[in-house]
Amino acid sequence: MSDDFTLPEDKAERMERCAIFYTDVVPHNHALGLRLVDIRAAEATVELPYAENLVGNPETGVIAGGAVTTLIDATCGTAVFLKLGRFAPLVTLDLRIDYLRPARPGIVLTCVAECYRLTRQVAFVRAFVHQGDPGHPVASAQGTFMRTEE
Amino acid sequence: MSESTTPPLAELVRQVRKTREYKRLTDAIPYTRFMGIGVENLAGEMLCRMAFNPRNIGNSLIPALHGGTLGALLESAAVFELLLQTNTERVPKVISLTVDFLRSGKPQDTFAKALITRQGRRVANVRVDAWQDDRTRPIASAHALFLLSEP
Repeated sequence: MSDDFTLPEDKAERMERCAIFYTDVVPHNHALGLRLVDIRAAEATVELPYAENLVGNPETGVIAGGAVTTLIDATCGTAVFLKLGRFAPLVTLDLRIDYLRPARPGIVLTCVAECYRLTRQVAFVRAFVHQGDPGHPVASAQGTFMRTEE
Repeated sequence: MSESTTPPLAELVRQVRKTREYKRLTDAIPYTRFMGIGVENLAGEMLCRMAFNPRNIGNSLIPALHGGTLGALLESAAVFELLLQTNTERVPKVISLTVDFLRSGKPQDTFAKALITRQGRRVANVRVDAWQDDRTRPIASAHALFLLSEP
């Protein structure tokens, strides 16, 4: 695989390479203001800042589930790249999200996703979304992704 | 119920159920407006449409819609089905949502139709399909659970 797709060893350089999926090459991630804030070996942390135009219930001011789905999908994808150590074509096969407690308005949503199993063709990812306390997640998710390269 | 405790959104929902001016409802929700998601009556059937917007792209190379936008359309279609086709008094709260991504979403309008498979007093089960050119070839489908009321 060419060097263009291999993630660098250095963490800061890795972050920078992965961040282009949030600042540049994925328009919808950019439209929601998603930002990659941390990475580990097979784990990504991405924030969704609170914004008025993402509100799903005007009476409570709570962010719409759809925006949370996008946050989770994007973070899971990055976790798979980190596990692989390189960028490779990926498609989401399925995603299940459980809403554990109501999200509070006005507060950033943080998603932490871990790719805990990678096979030749399929990646398994679990994710949590919290609002400051990872011990009290507002949502948990489970996703499977397929590697589409030869 | 006294007027002061009637939420404005519930009142708007009651009006739209009668008048079918769906845009009043989808415009009242910032996220559906942002996403270009609307409710329409097509050939006597209530459908959701997500208008294509380059901002909704997830993969610029193919190009393909972001999976999250399809999840958003499917969930919105389920919520509007419950709000407009049942007599629920409050905005249903999603408990869980499972999305199967079946085909890549082309850069064009996407439609969705929700089907309430069971409606209990407290919980509703809903299935939703999304498609583009050919309804028999869905690009994504979902099943979702919603809490309708709390005891």
